[in-house]
Amino acid sequence: MSETSSSSSTRLSVFKTYKLYVGGKFPRSESGRVYEVSDSKGKWLANAPLSSRKDARDAVVAARKAFGGWSGATAYNRGQILYRVAEMLEGRREQFVREVADAEGLSKSKAGAVVDAAIDRWVWYAGWTDKIAQIVGGANPVAGPYFNLSTPEPTGVVTVVAPQESSFLGLVSVIAPVIATGNTAVVIASEKAPLPALSLGEVLATSDLPGGVVNILSGKAAEMGPHLAAHQDVNAIDLAGADSVLATELEIAAADNLKRVLRPGAADWSADPGTHRMTAFLETKTVWHPTGSLGASGSAY
Amino acid sequence: MASAFEYAPAPESRSVVDIAPSYGLFIDGEFVDAADGKVFKTVSPSSEEVLSEVAQAGEADVDRAVKAARKAFEKWSALPGSERAKYLFRIARIIQERSRELAVLETLDNGKPIKETRDADLPLVAAHFFYYAGWADKLDHAGYGPNPKPLGVAGQVIPWNFPLLMLAWKIAPALATGNTVVLKPAETTPLTALFFADICRQAGLPKGVVNILTGYGDAGAALVEHPDVNKVAFTGSTAVGKKIARHVAGTDKKVTLELGGKGANIVFDDAPIDQAVEGIVNGIFFNQGQVCCAGSRLLVQESIQDELLDSLKRRLSTLRLGDPLDKNTDIGAINSAEQLARITALAETGEAEGAERWSPECELPSAGYWFAPTLFTNVTQAHTIARDEIFGPVLSVLSFRTPDEAVAKANNSQYGLSAGIWTEKGSRILAVANKLRAGVVWANTFNKFDPTSPFGGYKESGFGREGGRHGLEGYLDV
Repeated sequence: MSETSSSSSTRLSVFKTYKLYVGGKFPRSESGRVYEVSDSKGKWLANAPLSSRKDARDAVVAARKAFGGWSGATAYNRGQILYRVAEMLEGRREQFVREVADAEGLSKSKAGAVVDAAIDRWVWYAGWTDKIAQIVGGANPVAGPYFNLSTPEPTGVVTVVAPQESSFLGLVSVIAPVIATGNTAVVIASEKAPLPALSLGEVLATSDLPGGVVNILSGKAAEMGPHLAAHQDVNAIDLAGADSVLATELEIAAADNLKRVLRPGAADWSADPGTHRMTAFLETKTVWHPTGSLGASGSAY
Repeated sequence: MASAFEYAPAPESRSVVDIAPSYGLFIDGEFVDAADGKVFKTVSPSSEEVLSEVAQAGEADVDRAVKAARKAFEKWSALPGSERAKYLFRIARIIQERSRELAVLETLDNGKPIKETRDADLPLVAAHFFYYAGWADKLDHAGYGPNPKPLGVAGQVIPWNFPLLMLAWKIAPALATGNTVVLKPAETTPLTALFFADICRQAGLPKGVVNILTGYGDAGAALVEHPDVNKVAFTGSTAVGKKIARHVAGTDKKVTLELGGKGANIVFDDAPIDQAVEGIVNGIFFNQGQVCCAGSRLLVQESIQDELLDSLKRRLSTLRLGDPLDKNTDIGAINSAEQLARITALAETGEAEGAERWSPECELPSAGYWFAPTLFTNVTQAHTIARDEIFGPVLSVLSFRTPDEAVAKANNSQYGLSAGIWTEKGSRILAVANKLRAGVVWANTFNKFDPTSPFGGYKESGFGREGGRHGLEGYLDV
């Protein structure tokens, strides 16, 4: 932060070195690059890592490694961890209000409302983890002696191009549904306002979220996006923060291994999120088994 | 094979179906010639006899059909759901009435045994229309919010392995949700789709709601790429599926893709061997193995490999290959010379790469396209025949020692459409089913289908689901 010491004090404030969040750790970009991040008035806030293709690939490796454990965790456990994220955020509310105000040029009260909405969004998705399967899955009444059950399963590693303008509420609104359902995420933060995202990494790291479930990269979506969209070990991509030219380029690259693609749409991040951001990254698996027969008459009771 | 009990021929009568010498495209409720007058012949793969000559759609015809579908969309989508439902119920009932005719026709044009078209394809086709008919006036309750809207004109391209069933999977949910369709059947199996057009007329379906364009891949591409198509539904190869996914990038077109597979059929040492053998045979020889969800990789636990393979070979020796219209036939003809060449080449690759080939003694008819049931042992995961979809009656046998190894091998594929598990242990079924990355898992059974049951793949087997409540989503603006 650029907040320097006040004239009445001789103490210099301690700046924060903003770092990436990959595999549960906080590395700098392997490229050694940073870029300047300014507030809406052009005042320097901090230097953020300018992530490289290699950083993106490392993030995919971390996300893949975390997928088995996270997708295999109970839905109840995932819900508790997402709720824990909300708890941690509530405690660091003031920091995020300041960062969001700087990032988006909002007044303190407006930024406060944004942060509150983001915290509430974690709570919303925390409650979904153990309900989505009942909403979108179920038994199918097949015409034959078979038990047949459809259940949703996470598709795998999801690349998320986070919204450019809504640096925090938008960000949370795209990450939470991806991980609520058991996917793991590689997130490209808002290019010009990455600081709330990088700070979110610190919250996730202290919320019992296993390392690698969410990986946050700052830098240029246009630089990292094509590599992640073409990456053969990525299963899906959310294009929320891509402009139409980049979105088209990434969707074409994503076709190479038939990634699931969520196209950018008109986004009002304060609206009811619905379920479509979860179902976009869910597969449906249907399991059959013969039921056998106890004879034609059955039981009279 | 020589047997103590030879079967007398028991052919189903052809007289139940009357095939015209030529057919036009079905556009806006009328059969019309292609704009450029092109035609092509469709042959019976079991005899190479020419069955009929059909119009070959080109770009101009695609445009005409899409315009007709667009024009019909306004009224069709505005109909009360209960009225759309009744049209679909009518269609389902007429299909039931004409099912023997359609089964014989499908067997003639496709080459698959009458036993399958009569007992599997046609009942499922009728059931699919009946199922989605019931959804048309209940969409508010389908879990997609109140009053979900249709997308508009659906461009649908289907394969030759289950011609009429794939048509049903595409058209029934599209119409139930209020879309209109332009459907292109495969070039080797155009006839049942054209008979379906006649059923639409008998049902009094409004003109332009269903349009059928017979033709080749170029017509399919033109349909997919037509700017006034809102929805693309494709069943076919993964290579073409990827092309479609690239093409629709940056558009608003909604897409569902049902693509290839390399299903693993996993047999554990406690499985009931006889039942497993039946399941393996059904998994890879149903429809001559020309099934995207075929169990084309047999993963057998090492301790029972010899016993299982002995039983399997004994069973394969009893399969009857020949006239698809014969009611006793188990294995029919391969759909086309092109497909036969592909199967032949992949089987040769299997031998060249060191796998051991085996087929029962099996006399192939002199005319038509035939391939004997084949299995390969000594197959490794690196072999082409363990990785590529063969789409023919060719089974690759691999072994494993532990459940973990079975799961790892089963999932070691670009595809993720189907899998089978054979074991008497319930907890193992659930544990393994949970780990398999496949859209359909059959435990102690295989190749079961039902209109209420969503079907579709993980990974490069495509996306979206067909069947059940899930099948509505691909045709709704949600």
